[in-house]
Amino acid sequence: MNTMKPENSPKPGARRQFLLDSARMACGVGMLGLGLGLYAKQTKALPALALRPPGALAEADFLGACIRCGMCVRDCPYNTLELARPETPVAAGTPYFTARHIPCEMCEDIPCIKACPTGALDHGLTDINQAKMGVAVLIDHETCLNFLGLRCDVCYRVCPVIDKAITLEMVPNTRTGRHAMFLPTVHSEQCTGCGKCEKSCVLEEAAIRILPAKLAKGELGKHYRVGWEEKSKAGHSLIDESKIVDLPDRLPEGAVLPGHYDPASGQTEALRGVPGSEAGVIPSHPPGLGGKP
Amino acid sequence: MSAALSKRAGADAVAKKGWWRAHQWLILRRLSQLSILALFLVGPWFGWWLVKGNLAYSYTLGILPLTDPYVALQSMLTGHLPETLGLVGMAIVLAFYFLVGGRVFCSWVCPVNVVTDAAGWLRNRLGIKGGAQLSRNTRYWILGMTLVGSAATGMVLWELVNPVSMLHRGLIFGMGAAWAVVLVVFLFDLFVMSRGWCGRLCPVGAFYSLLGRWRPLRVSASQRAACNDCMDCFAVCPEPQVIRPALKGEGTGIGPVILAPNCTNCGRCIDVCAKDVFRFGGRG
Repeated sequence: MNTMKPENSPKPGARRQFLLDSARMACGVGMLGLGLGLYAKQTKALPALALRPPGALAEADFLGACIRCGMCVRDCPYNTLELARPETPVAAGTPYFTARHIPCEMCEDIPCIKACPTGALDHGLTDINQAKMGVAVLIDHETCLNFLGLRCDVCYRVCPVIDKAITLEMVPNTRTGRHAMFLPTVHSEQCTGCGKCEKSCVLEEAAIRILPAKLAKGELGKHYRVGWEEKSKAGHSLIDESKIVDLPDRLPEGAVLPGHYDPASGQTEALRGVPGSEAGVIPSHPPGLGGKP
Repeated sequence: MSAALSKRAGADAVAKKGWWRAHQWLILRRLSQLSILALFLVGPWFGWWLVKGNLAYSYTLGILPLTDPYVALQSMLTGHLPETLGLVGMAIVLAFYFLVGGRVFCSWVCPVNVVTDAAGWLRNRLGIKGGAQLSRNTRYWILGMTLVGSAATGMVLWELVNPVSMLHRGLIFGMGAAWAVVLVVFLFDLFVMSRGWCGRLCPVGAFYSLLGRWRPLRVSASQRAACNDCMDCFAVCPEPQVIRPALKGEGTGIGPVILAPNCTNCGRCIDVCAKDVFRFGGRG
């Protein structure tokens, strides 16, 4: 205590006690705060299979905007949503759903968003087809029945955005050599992540699952340009095709591929398609597909 | 000494005023707590959706929104503003507790109050004394920490562990492990610290006490001259420090109205006083 102290100030002992008490409080409560902060960091890691309602903000924002009232849970007509309990590995009191349990039925009026008293569910989302709750991923090609050559097709049939979010792509079944396989293929731009495909997958464990877009999606480098897209945008090729340098295809000596056209081989383009010529009709197709037998 | 201790607080009042008048505010308070909970429960139990939501935000009969201003404040500190209904609900709740006293939430609404009152009652009956000591100001430090922490972590921080919302949400939406949190609060109050949770730690009560600082509705020791120093009011009061200035302040010129923000307006002192010293009144 210094000499500047006026006569009527509290006793030095009292001030000292006050400072000590404050320091004790700051330390004790600070430790509690540190613990809570670390716990908060843990709970920010949402398990991959726990999905947020439609329109939910990105997870970090959602946990600040959501006040844990459960209004979205109440107004969901299909009991899809539930509030996380303290033992659930989702921040306590926040809404989530598990697609394999009850998927989102994609109501056109989106009652869960309307019920939300905060911006945790984006009230700007009015078209449920624009929702991004996650992305379906056909995660196991080894057990998917369509990949085994069967016509299960269930995930494709139940998709509310059928033929846009999931299409069936026909490819030859090389195992039998004479059948086709219809591979369910997800198009992430159209997929809302409702989870009906995961719910309806007939396997013991679903081969198709909704994952957060962050886990499901790759990302091209920002500088990548896909040539055919640029070509269709510009209406013509972006390069001078006459200056393309083509190197001779390397084939085993003496080997002849029927239907194969190699511009660098010395044969002239005029020979293409001429009966008896080795230059084939469809140069870009690999042998065995589309060429002459 | 042992005879004095074994006599329960309020026995004089029962003898003098009858059982009902010695318990009326307690009974009304329990009725208030239970009926508010019942309003939330008849929806999920019987499908009568009078009230949806929980204490954080509720919507009654499609008209009345009510938002917990403390939860909303934490959310706003993370940089997110509630929608219109959420803000209107917040204004209504702020205005209500500003008038009746913020800690009326604690004594008339909060479900944890029943738990800690039960712990306090059992602690008295079992004659458990002592235990850890903690300043009653701790709650304000915790309140500050949750507000700063919400801004720092971008998360509604106290809702991660808040026993009040865990119990209320648990009863309405499914309990899960929330019962363990509530049990910890009960045992803490029973064995570790007298009136520990509501009286020293809970930042929800701390927030509401600040809100109720200027409440017009207060308990007044208007007949303090009749006080016979039986100490029953101190024994039953969850915040006994608020009583002394009003009850014993005549000599030092302090008025009979309880001014301390942490008075919960529970009215238990009115019940147990055989001399009818206390009554509800205005500021004056």
